[in-house]
Amino acid sequence: MVKMKRFAGLLVLSACFMSAQGLASSGGVKLEKSGIDPDNIKSLQRGAANFMNYCSGCHSAQYVRYKTIGRDLEISEEMLIDNLMFNADQTFDTIQASMPATDAARWYGTAPPDLSLLARAKGTDHIFNFLKGFYVSADSPTGVDNLVREGTSMPHVLWELQGYQNAIFVEHKNVDGSVTRVFEGFEQLTLGQMDSEDYDEFVRDTVNFLAYVAEPIRSIRRKLGVWVLMFLTFFLIIANMLKKQIWKDVK
Amino acid sequence: MSRIEAEVGKPQGGFMKWIDDRFPFTETMKYHFTEYYASKNFNIWYAFGVLAFVVLVIQFISGIFLTMNYKPDAVQAFASVEYIMRDVEWGWLIRYMHSTGASFFFIVVYLHMFRAMLYGSYKKPRELIWIIGMLIFLVLMAEAFAGYLLPWGQMSYWGAQVIISLFGAIPWVGDALVEIIRGDYSISDITLNRFFALHVIALPLALIGLVFVHIVALHEVGSSNPDGIEIKDYKGADGVPLDGVAFHPYHTSKDLVIIIVFLMIFSAVMFFAPDMGGYFLEHANFEPANLTATPEHIAPVWYFTPFYAILRAVPDKLWGFILFGLSVILPLFLPWLDRSRVKSIRYRGWIYKTALTIFVITFITLGWLGTMPVEPVYVMAARVFAVIYFAFFLLMPYYTAIDKTKPVPDRVVYHG
Amino acid sequence: MTEDDLDRNRRHFLGLATAVTGVVGIGFVAVPFLSSLKPSARSQALGVPVEVPLGSLEAGEMIRVLWRGRLVFVLRRTEEMLARLAENLDKLRDPNSEEEDQQPNYAANGTRSVRPEYLVVEGSCTHLGCAPLEDFEVRPAEGWGGGFFCPCHGSKFDLAGRVYKGVPAPTNLRIPPHRFIRDDLLVIGQDTGAA
Repeated sequence: MVKMKRFAGLLVLSACFMSAQGLASSGGVKLEKSGIDPDNIKSLQRGAANFMNYCSGCHSAQYVRYKTIGRDLEISEEMLIDNLMFNADQTFDTIQASMPATDAARWYGTAPPDLSLLARAKGTDHIFNFLKGFYVSADSPTGVDNLVREGTSMPHVLWELQGYQNAIFVEHKNVDGSVTRVFEGFEQLTLGQMDSEDYDEFVRDTVNFLAYVAEPIRSIRRKLGVWVLMFLTFFLIIANMLKKQIWKDVK
Repeated sequence: MSRIEAEVGKPQGGFMKWIDDRFPFTETMKYHFTEYYASKNFNIWYAFGVLAFVVLVIQFISGIFLTMNYKPDAVQAFASVEYIMRDVEWGWLIRYMHSTGASFFFIVVYLHMFRAMLYGSYKKPRELIWIIGMLIFLVLMAEAFAGYLLPWGQMSYWGAQVIISLFGAIPWVGDALVEIIRGDYSISDITLNRFFALHVIALPLALIGLVFVHIVALHEVGSSNPDGIEIKDYKGADGVPLDGVAFHPYHTSKDLVIIIVFLMIFSAVMFFAPDMGGYFLEHANFEPANLTATPEHIAPVWYFTPFYAILRAVPDKLWGFILFGLSVILPLFLPWLDRSRVKSIRYRGWIYKTALTIFVITFITLGWLGTMPVEPVYVMAARVFAVIYFAFFLLMPYYTAIDKTKPVPDRVVYHG
Repeated sequence: MTEDDLDRNRRHFLGLATAVTGVVGIGFVAVPFLSSLKPSARSQALGVPVEVPLGSLEAGEMIRVLWRGRLVFVLRRTEEMLARLAENLDKLRDPNSEEEDQQPNYAANGTRSVRPEYLVVEGSCTHLGCAPLEDFEVRPAEGWGGGFFCPCHGSKFDLAGRVYKGVPAPTNLRIPPHRFIRDDLLVIGQDTGAA
């Protein structure tokens, strides 16, 4: 029994080690939780519409087929063709950007990245804060900079919805004379079509959809996992009874 | 009367006799299963050998099916993995099986090796089993390293870049060696192609061969046990060790239970947390390899990080390489470093118990440090723990020799 | 029954139950592995219907197109060719296209076509899959009214892809699903009558 305890201790230790590191921090800014709900189909549907309307002009999601989206998000083929498929003729096509990547690279200096796996590469909190983090900056060619990714070449595509905001930084003098800029908060400059709560909801839906396209089978694997574990539990019970029966005569 | 019949003692007929006259089937089954006797007092630590075999089978099967859809081509590799994840029916399951299996392989193998350190399994007469086991571990590291390049993500690329560059530290031949490994002036399509060949053919073949020899050697000597006693020394009138039970059906039925529990843990990870918070599937590896930008924070997959931490702790390229290599190789010499009269930790004194505890803490801490960014505090800590790591092995001949041991009983301890 | 017998029975039963459960488990695991061998979503996407413009196809001419990577012949038959389809029926194995699966229902007729003028047939011999050669020359001396000849093992088919008797190929050439969008535009891979 002592051995078992020791073994359990080791497991706990390794579990601590496992959870020690999450995603790498984003430019030292504390990220607000995205609070997405991957099981909320309505939110995913809204997110899909947001994506097609605001993102797919410049960004592709080249591994994602419209058909899969329709199946998983309970969107009918008609709806799909009429409302979401701006850049494709067939439902089994993958999502391509309207703008050719070479043009985009020329205009923005860098090609807009493919968004298929963004949520898995950067984390949903990162994208959530990125989409909320544009602020007016005179130094930038796009007129805005971003709190989460400083120097981003992406313009504030959602300005009509969010409006423009200012970022307030407070400068702290360190002992060694260097200066640290600390982010204090945003200040709304112009109003957008949405208030801040609606805008949060809009971004949340969009991020939710991005998380979905990063791993479309997520909900399938979780459901299947429950069945697999149930089967194995049953198997375990029988196998354990057999083992006990066989070991009965070992003294 | 044929040779087999004479040995088995009772005449057989029909199909099995036909086979046995041509191939020692029944004899082999007896030798390795029904008449292979292993101690009845195995605890959970003795399960990791069979679990390692289970993972090996999982990796082989899932790997074969992945190979059917994967493309070892710098342009297509990343997309082909996503193709498996999305377009191939059930491809995601097979891929997660393989990626989860890779991490579990190391978990199981590390615990399997730790078992040997707990119970002195590497001591005479099992030195060769241990050496072959260490070779398996080295091949497994190479196999995992080659496999990690294949998805051609950011971590694949830059991780390979760092580890391959390591060989450049070798004086005189280093640069040439690095070019030979890569087959190009940088890591490229050619490197990917040859790593694929190594990963799916050469190294698996080596693994199978070594595992076979490992098991043959084990069955020649017989399994150790938590008391470190040779059960063959006390045989009954029928020639069967008194403390041994037949591998089949006793250990097989017990192993089956453990295998099912293992599969439950495996499935829990595979179905509910295949990324394992970025440890089993690293976040940056969901971005395709970008030759112009290293990810902000680069760390190898968790199973390499203890050795990687040692590498990083050394402020010199050549010495870093030497100590890194040494840290991997050192356990090979355990059979000769350990001078204790007893095998099992049960009968060892406080010194070895303390040393082993510190070693476990050191190994886990080094593993954790290897995942952390390069900051002075972590580097300093890594240096301290690296010293402890080497001290555990290099001082072993002294502290195990002076350690007080308890008397070892004649028969194994077993409470029904 | 003694206690030993009971034990043996119990052990026997549990052994069987474990084995059965194990086999069922392996069966479950086999499903995804075997399913993964089926054509993937990409193959399905690439296997879309193909459009074939017919405007420049003269009577008596044939073109080759690929649908799902499979060779399809489109032959525009002349009046004379069509007339010959009714001859020599006794030399054919399945003159009335009674073998199902070899053609959609709408092509199970005397000309094996939607529009008699156009023969749309897979260029894959039903023996072992070689691509038959066209041989439209009529040679009454040989009893040949024109059709297709497979160079691999000598199977012969007439101008409607119907197989002759006494050759290795067992069935008529297969007619793929197809429909005419317009008089001069054919779609292979979509059924006539489908949207």
